[in-house]
Amino acid sequence: MQRRDFLTTLPAGLAAAGAGLAMPAIWSPARAQSRQETLLIVSESGPNNLDVMGVGTTVPGYEVSWNCYDRLISHEMKTLPDGTPYYDRDRFRPELAEDMSVGDMSVTFRLRRDATFHDGAPVTARDVKWSFDRAVTVGGFPTFQMKAGSLEKPEQFVVVDDHTFRVDFIRKDRLTIPDLAVVVPCVMNSELLKKRATPADPWALDYAKQNTAGGGAYRVTRWTPGSEVVFERFDNWKSGPLPKVRRVIWRMVPSSGNRRALLERGDADISYDLPNKDFSEMRGAGKLTITSVPYSNGLQYLGMNVKKAPFDNLKVRQAVAYAVPYQKIMDAVLYGLGKPMFGAPADAPTTVSWPQPTKYVTDLARAKQLLTEAGYPDGFEVPMSFDLGFSQVNEPLCTLVQENLAQIGIRTTLNKIPGANWRTELNKKEMPLFTNVFSGWLDYPEYFFFWCYHGQNSVFNTMSYQSPGMDRLIDGARAAAAAGDTESYDRDVRGFVDLAFSDIPRIPLYQPYSNVAMQKNISGYQYWFHRRLDYRAFSKA
Amino acid sequence: MGAMILRRLAVAVFSLIGVVVITFALTRVLPGDTAAYFAGPAASREAIEQLRHSLGLDKPAAEQFADYVAALARGDLGNSLTTGQPVLSDLLSRLPASAELTLLGLLVSLAIAIPFGILAAVKPGSFVDHACRLVTTAGVSLPVFFTGLLLVYVFYFILGWAPAPLGRLDVFLSAPPTVTGFFLIDSALAGDWETFRGALSQLVLPVLTLAIFALAPIARMTRAAMLAVLTSDFVRTARASGLTPWSVLITYAFRNALLPVVTTLGMVFSFLLGANVLVEKVFAWPGIGSYAIEALIASDFAPVQGFVLAMAVMYVLLNLLIDVLQGLIDPRARTAT
Repeated sequence: MQRRDFLTTLPAGLAAAGAGLAMPAIWSPARAQSRQETLLIVSESGPNNLDVMGVGTTVPGYEVSWNCYDRLISHEMKTLPDGTPYYDRDRFRPELAEDMSVGDMSVTFRLRRDATFHDGAPVTARDVKWSFDRAVTVGGFPTFQMKAGSLEKPEQFVVVDDHTFRVDFIRKDRLTIPDLAVVVPCVMNSELLKKRATPADPWALDYAKQNTAGGGAYRVTRWTPGSEVVFERFDNWKSGPLPKVRRVIWRMVPSSGNRRALLERGDADISYDLPNKDFSEMRGAGKLTITSVPYSNGLQYLGMNVKKAPFDNLKVRQAVAYAVPYQKIMDAVLYGLGKPMFGAPADAPTTVSWPQPTKYVTDLARAKQLLTEAGYPDGFEVPMSFDLGFSQVNEPLCTLVQENLAQIGIRTTLNKIPGANWRTELNKKEMPLFTNVFSGWLDYPEYFFFWCYHGQNSVFNTMSYQSPGMDRLIDGARAAAAAGDTESYDRDVRGFVDLAFSDIPRIPLYQPYSNVAMQKNISGYQYWFHRRLDYRAFSKA
Repeated sequence: MGAMILRRLAVAVFSLIGVVVITFALTRVLPGDTAAYFAGPAASREAIEQLRHSLGLDKPAAEQFADYVAALARGDLGNSLTTGQPVLSDLLSRLPASAELTLLGLLVSLAIAIPFGILAAVKPGSFVDHACRLVTTAGVSLPVFFTGLLLVYVFYFILGWAPAPLGRLDVFLSAPPTVTGFFLIDSALAGDWETFRGALSQLVLPVLTLAIFALAPIARMTRAAMLAVLTSDFVRTARASGLTPWSVLITYAFRNALLPVVTTLGMVFSFLLGANVLVEKVFAWPGIGSYAIEALIASDFAPVQGFVLAMAVMYVLLNLLIDVLQGLIDPRARTAT
């Protein structure tokens, strides 16, 4: 091309492009599908894997698994005082199993005879065994979650006949049955997956990552990672009443401001990960239904590393516990969307439950006095760390704590740790002072304490707290629970709660709320321990 | 010119090798632990170690680099943990989304900025000149995410004119069959005007956001270049010869002012690719910018490396294109390279 040609074609090219932009409207606003049968969910992030047993599956993937796969058993619902349905920890209902009979050292399930997978293949006990074998073999999170209920070896899972399946116990453990109702032990289509398996990938992790190979109430028909997941109802689903919503579209909208705008304009039906401020404002406006439920077995806390000075000193820890501006955190950080875990009346008895409030209140004079008694009349300097991934809560929270600590002479610097790095830092167990959240799927006090306070020093014992007395009480409660000895169980639970509060290696702040905002015509939201949505119960008026 | 292109491409190979080495080193130096992140909140130390092993992250860095380069030679950019897909297919499926947005943004800003710049130069100190200064100053001063959110707030939330900021298409429309990956072109080819309309209406706000951002450098550069050219001798001669003002302005002055404008265009385009990252976040646009950010937050190495590599290739090609264009516009530029 010569210069002259190029320069003469240039204006024409620009004009054509301009005309392209000004193309006249030749369209009709007709919608191909009816909105009525479709639920549109918007959230910040989506799944990276459709298989809960996959390598590195993130939390949004649990929602896919929960809705696209069946488990043998699930939980009944109970109703909270505000009318929200909430899973009942103690009552199980059959899902794929028709019934469950618990023996001394085993539990037997009779499977539904009419249940099929999405491809029409009948569900048999062999599928159940294959799926459970997979969960305890693939390693990583699924295997460790199974272990939490003493489900460890493939030999424990026995096919009695086509429709009878037995789990043998390797030890008595109260958590075995509840652990069969969590997200991990889902029943997969073993014949389909075996066909997709390769010698390098015997459990067909690659196929299940991209495709739902189950028999649950929904199946994924389209998945564009990072932007959209589309679910269609499985009309032949037998494990419960047919869900009312035919199609679920789950779109990822990274900006929280836009998620709120979409809800308020009525374009999106449901969203659940908005800042507390937005939730409290939307509740005030009253245009949407906002449900707030405390995390089951979950706590936001301030942790202190007890292995290192100055927090190896009990009086220093108590001083910090009296210096925390508890109520300010509730008001200015959470906008009231949290359940206080402080300031119980001095004469309130310790209950057999968890979480429960401590008796600490904000009392700077007392904090200062304790700090002087501990030998730090002039205070000290210490970094306070938090996870930037949850900075919306963590940053203002730490700033408020920082202000109050400064008043008793503890000078803190804020150490902001990026989300990807947070768990590495927790694992090192070197941060002297930090805030964090822990919540367990299984809602039992001894489960929480086993992970967070026991001397085995798991990742979640972020304070490196080790106390023989504490270990004895936790082990005692676990043994008593397995044996059904209520009296010693209650005594041990009260014992470890009291010890945790008097030794105060971590200061409970509040129980976070799981918030969901939805349009007024949407009903059927249920709170589950995994805090994700169960599409099966939703309906759209 | 053929020889020039070949020579430039040969040099580009070395830049790309440099980019590969540096991005690999950088991603390894960055804080963050991929295994700990993806092992999930409930993972024990053993679970994290198992995951680290299965991801191959427990190998020495040199070995990891050798694996990476070997895979790269086969055209394999690795797998993304954030999306669970091969990086190459992720990038290929997302690149058209970003490109459609960026190119349209550039076109719209050109359509506004060049006439604006010319008018401002023709009548310096006039109302148009002041308006030009005001608009361009506002354009560069407002961060793109702010402009984006503001536009969403006004045109979607308050007025309801714009569609919901839900990415490239409304949820109830399905994407046109892929030919180029540009929804406007693909839907036009398929004759699906409803999808065309849907895609276009989704594009309006993000394109406007980018255009406002890109307006300033182009308009200012056009104005400055035109001012210089308009005072030159040949323009005076042309005027004196009695040519029409239009022909003096466009045929003689503007063509000569084009060179610096095209150079600026190359720069603006690369700015826009950067600004895209934020615009994509605001408009839930499934492009490569938001993809790279998500991967970076999760310490997911492969997509970050793939993204930087893809960008490096694009920059090399873009610079080449600009040089070729300059050669076409001005013969002197051809001999200079």
